[in-house]
Amino acid sequence: MTGEIILQTKNLGKQYKHRWAVHHLDLEVHRGDVFGFLGPNGAGKSTTIRMLLSLIRPTEGEVFLFGKSLDREREKALESIGGIVEKPDFYGYLSAYRNLEIVGALNGGTTRKRIEEVLSLVGLSTRARDKVKTYSHGMKQRLGIAQSLLSDPEFVILDEPTSGLDPQGMKEIRELIRHLAADQNKTVMLSSHLLNEVEMVANRMAVINRGELVTQGDVSSLLEKGEKSVAVRAKPLEKVRQVLSGQRGVEKVVETAEEFLVTMPFEGIPELARALVREQIDIEALVPRRSLEEYFLAITESDTREGTSKE
Amino acid sequence: MLRLIYYELIKTFLKKRTYIGFALVAVIVPLVEVAMKLEGGRFLQYSLRSLQQDFFFVGNLYNGWFVAHSMMNSLWVQIPLLISFVAGDQLAGEATAGTYRLILVRPVSRTRIFLSKFSTTAIYTVVFVGFLGILSVGLALVLLGRGDLIVLQRGILILSESDVAWRFLAAYFLAAWAMLTIASLAFLFSSFVENAIGPIIGTMGVNIVFLLITVIPVELFKDIKPYLFSNYLNVWQQVFEDPIPWESVGNSIAVLGAYSVGFVFIAWLIFRRKDILS
Repeated sequence: MTGEIILQTKNLGKQYKHRWAVHHLDLEVHRGDVFGFLGPNGAGKSTTIRMLLSLIRPTEGEVFLFGKSLDREREKALESIGGIVEKPDFYGYLSAYRNLEIVGALNGGTTRKRIEEVLSLVGLSTRARDKVKTYSHGMKQRLGIAQSLLSDPEFVILDEPTSGLDPQGMKEIRELIRHLAADQNKTVMLSSHLLNEVEMVANRMAVINRGELVTQGDVSSLLEKGEKSVAVRAKPLEKVRQVLSGQRGVEKVVETAEEFLVTMPFEGIPELARALVREQIDIEALVPRRSLEEYFLAITESDTREGTSKE
Repeated sequence: MLRLIYYELIKTFLKKRTYIGFALVAVIVPLVEVAMKLEGGRFLQYSLRSLQQDFFFVGNLYNGWFVAHSMMNSLWVQIPLLISFVAGDQLAGEATAGTYRLILVRPVSRTRIFLSKFSTTAIYTVVFVGFLGILSVGLALVLLGRGDLIVLQRGILILSESDVAWRFLAAYFLAAWAMLTIASLAFLFSSFVENAIGPIIGTMGVNIVFLLITVIPVELFKDIKPYLFSNYLNVWQQVFEDPIPWESVGNSIAVLGAYSVGFVFIAWLIFRRKDILS
C-alpha cells in the first residue's frame, strides 16, 4: 500500500533526564493502512503514541498528520484523528452516554444519533445509561474505541486495544478493526506487544525496540525476512537430539521444556520426519512456524535467546 | 467555549466531592446558629463586659445580623479549605483519573480547556460563597430576628437595621472575590501535581502561613504584609465600617484580583506545556 502519507514522524524523540524513551523515530502510515506498531513492553510505543496525540512534547523531531505539523497546527492536525492511549479511563461517576457527550463537545459537538451509532458499533447500546464505574475492563475498552470513533475520524490510533481482554474479547476487537478498515475506509494504527494479533490484522508494520525503530514495511515482505522454524515435539529426547544434530539443513536448535525449535527451511520438513521415523522416535507434532512473532522475537530478543548451533 | 464550560459544570456538579463543602456548611451553620440562639447572648455580653461600665446598651443587639456577621469569620480558614477541595481537584483530578488522556487529544486548544476549567472553578466558588451567605444570614434572621448590627472590630460600631442588608450583600460579593484568590491558588497547585490532596495541603499551608504573618504584630513581618494576599482577604470586613473606606476596598479588590490573575497565568503556562504521563 503506497497511498497518501497521513502520519509521518521525522527524527522523533523524547528524552527523560538522560534516558531516551524514543529516539530518531521515522514512521510513515499511509491512507488505508492497518498499521501494526510492535514492540515489547517498555519499547517506547506508548510514549510515541502520546507524542502523536500531543499529550507529550517531543524533545526532538516533528510529527505531521495529514501533512500538517502537530507542533504548529495542532488543532487542524488532530481534526480527523481519534485515539485511545493505554488503558481507557473515563469519568466513572457518569454514564457512557454522558462521557461521549463530553468527548463530543471537545470535538466541536456531536449528535445523539452519532453517540448511539458508536455505542451500537461496540455493542454497548443497552448499557449506555449505566455509570462507567460499573463497567468491566472489556466494556471500558470497547467504550474507548467508541469514543475514538465518535467524530468519524479518518485515522484511528489504538494503543494496546486488546490489553486485558479474554480471547473472545480480543477476537471481537480484531474483527472491529478489520471492519473499520475494510467497510469504513479508516486508516488504523494499532500498537501491541501481541504480535500474532497484529499479524492477523495489519498490512504494514513497524517494530520498535528500546525506543528505536528496528524495521518498517509491508507485513508480507517482512515475514519473508523472518526465520523459518519447525517446532518438534517427539520422544525420546536423547534420540531426537541425535537426529537433529546430524540432520541436513538444520541451522539452529533451541530446546525448551516442551519442544525443540529447529531453524531450517520448510522444504526439509519431510526429510526430517522420515529421519525421526527411521529412528523409531514417537512424533507428537511437527509444526512449521513463520510468524511475525518468530521474526519479532528474533530481532528484539536475540541478545537474550539461548540456543545450540548446528555446525 | 460556553459548551465546554457547560460540560465542565456537569462534570463538577455531578461529582460527590463537590457537595462535601455544601454538606458541611448545611450542617455546621444551623448547628452553630441554633447553639447561639440557645446560648442566649452570653457571647455578646462577654464581649461587651468591659464596656458596660461606661455605656448603656438598649434594644435587641443579639440578633440575626450579629450572628450572621460572626459566621463570616469562617471565611478565614474553614471556607478556603472547603473551596480548595474542589478547586484543587479541577486539573489534578483529571490526572488522577487518567482522563487527561481522554480530553487532551481532541482538536481543541489546551488554553480553551484550561479556561473552561477555571471558569467552572470560579462559578463553583461564587455559588458556594452565595450558599453560605444565604443560609447563614437567612437562618440567623429566622432564628434570632432583626435589629441593629453591633460590629465588634476595631472598637464598637452600631449600624442601624435599615443600613445593614446591603452591607451583607456587598460583604458576600467581596468575600466571593477574596475566595476566588484562594481558588486560584488551589488551581495553580492543581496544575502541577497529579493528586488532588497536594493542592489542598498546599493551599491551606500557604493560606495559614500568610495569615499568621499578617496577624502577628512583629516588626519583621511589617514590610512583608502589604505583599501578601492574606493581608487583603478581610476586604469584606471593611463594608461594616462607617464610613466605608472605599479607597482601601478598591485597593484590596485590585490586589486580590492581581493575585488571582497571577496564579491563573502561571497555572496556564504550566498546563499548556505539561507532559501528560498519567
